[in-house]
Amino acid sequence: MSSFQLLNGLTFAALLFVVASGFTLIFGLLRIVNLAHGALYLFGGYVGYTIATQSGSFVLGGIGSMAAIAAIGFVLDQGLLRFVRGNELRQVLLTLGVAFVLKDLALVIWGGDSFTVPIPPMLRGGMRVFGVFYPTYRLFVLLTGLVVFAALWLLLNHTRLGALIRAGVDDAEMVEASGVNIRRVFLVTFLLGSALAGLGGLMGGAFLSLYPSADAEILVFSLAVVIIGGRGSLIGVGVGSLLVGFLNTLGQVMFPELAYFVIFGPMAVLLAFRPLGLFGRAT
Amino acid sequence: MTAVQGKSAPPRSAGMARGAAPIAAIVVAAAAALPLVLSSYQVGLATEVLIFGILAMSIDILGGFAGRTSLGHGAIFGVSTYVVVYATAQAGLPPAAAFAFGVLAATLIAAIFALLAVRTSGVYFLLLTLALGMIVWGICLRWTQVTGGENGMRGDVRPALLLTHSGFYWAVLAAATIVSYAMWRFVRSPFGLTLRGIRDSESRMRSLGYNVPLHLFIGFTVSGFFAGIAGALYAMFNNFVSPSTVALAQSVEGVLMMIAGGVGTLFGAFVGAAAIIALENLVSAYTERWQMVLGITFILIMVFAPEGMIGKLRVILAHKMR
Repeated sequence: MSSFQLLNGLTFAALLFVVASGFTLIFGLLRIVNLAHGALYLFGGYVGYTIATQSGSFVLGGIGSMAAIAAIGFVLDQGLLRFVRGNELRQVLLTLGVAFVLKDLALVIWGGDSFTVPIPPMLRGGMRVFGVFYPTYRLFVLLTGLVVFAALWLLLNHTRLGALIRAGVDDAEMVEASGVNIRRVFLVTFLLGSALAGLGGLMGGAFLSLYPSADAEILVFSLAVVIIGGRGSLIGVGVGSLLVGFLNTLGQVMFPELAYFVIFGPMAVLLAFRPLGLFGRAT
Repeated sequence: MTAVQGKSAPPRSAGMARGAAPIAAIVVAAAAALPLVLSSYQVGLATEVLIFGILAMSIDILGGFAGRTSLGHGAIFGVSTYVVVYATAQAGLPPAAAFAFGVLAATLIAAIFALLAVRTSGVYFLLLTLALGMIVWGICLRWTQVTGGENGMRGDVRPALLLTHSGFYWAVLAAATIVSYAMWRFVRSPFGLTLRGIRDSESRMRSLGYNVPLHLFIGFTVSGFFAGIAGALYAMFNNFVSPSTVALAQSVEGVLMMIAGGVGTLFGAFVGAAAIIALENLVSAYTERWQMVLGITFILIMVFAPEGMIGKLRVILAHKMR
């Protein structure tokens, strides 16, 4: 692989990390496999696109899409998922229904055309890194991925909320028994995870563009990341994102038409030896 | 963990054998008489109900009897459809050979899925089958030379003998009857009982000396074989295949039909398929937003009637009786 392709893999991994970390946070703590996560990503991208084009500000687009998707997450968690608490399979299938509704709603509002979120002027063009001329915006995505990783790591390991989330992943009932309102921790996590999907949508929308089946594609990648990395582990998402990002780039270079298949092989091998993923733990 | 199936294990299966034969004969005869009273469009819908009923039943073998809900069966079904259309339109095979190849391909794909999925259970099983199904979808979408990409493929798959609506309906009815009987025997066989044992307590079955992964592997492959039959019939019904045939929506519709008809009831699948297809037609007369209605239906069933419509009716009736 040339360093150009290496950078492609790395930047794609950064985007995957942003999206999949939200997915795994919710999966790890709430035990909810949120299959609407891809639809939230797409919705966030569309909202971000609309705000960014109307206001001319990329940052405003980012804030807007994160807020909008967190709001959808709030409705999803408080309005629907509360009815099926404690039943994993019903939760999963319910979020699947939500995914269909959101996706179709996006088709009604934004139509079937493909959109690209406008990149702010200072991130346009390219710069020279590792001896190749590379788009600045994709390097910005890489940077954002690293910032999100650092922020999540600090949040999880050095704040009270993070301690509660980690404790909740291990044993939610025990946390509740020690007098913590675990419901509120759950809700905050759900909103955070959703907001990350929205942020991912905006960032991905600027270099992968937004179109009606983008939600399904990003969902498969997120699933692969979580299946490889294991549930609820930040390091797992990081490693999983890197693996999937590089494999996908490698696949696109070597077998352009079967790129999807290339993430499948390693996932299969891994599952044969570690059904819970690299960093997953049995509960 | 796998609580959707919950308490809906078929309670009457023990005494069913004796009274079942005449009832089954009456149902099949009534179904066979349908083309005499329905319009040709409605006969087409009835054919679709039968085909998707078979798909939903194949999902029920795993979901209702082995406690593992698959979100990848739409892909297995669709692979069969793709192979049948490709074999007749591009490779020029006769319909019967194409049909056999389609079912074989679906069974092989199911075996590959099964190899990976038998080690997982609960949500992980769901996730893995979902991811596998979507990989198939991604390949069908991108591998343009073979699959025709987004435009799909057209082929005159249906043999000349079955070109009329009623003729094809009767052929599908015959197939559905045979397949239903085969599946019914399958879930009632000692093997099927073992699957139910695994559903109820995997660890107990393991300590009794059963090879749990092997049983699940065979169960999954058999289920994929039946889904393949449905897919091949669908190829003949539609004479066309596109990525939407293997898409997640297909798997989801199958699962929804299975749940709507009642998890673990096997033949309830036809009721579920009829309900969903009737709804789809009703809705598309007024709006193009079928996906949204499908999603809302799914949400409503999950919130209010996770045991399925038949199960719900049973609960309501039980309340009334008291």
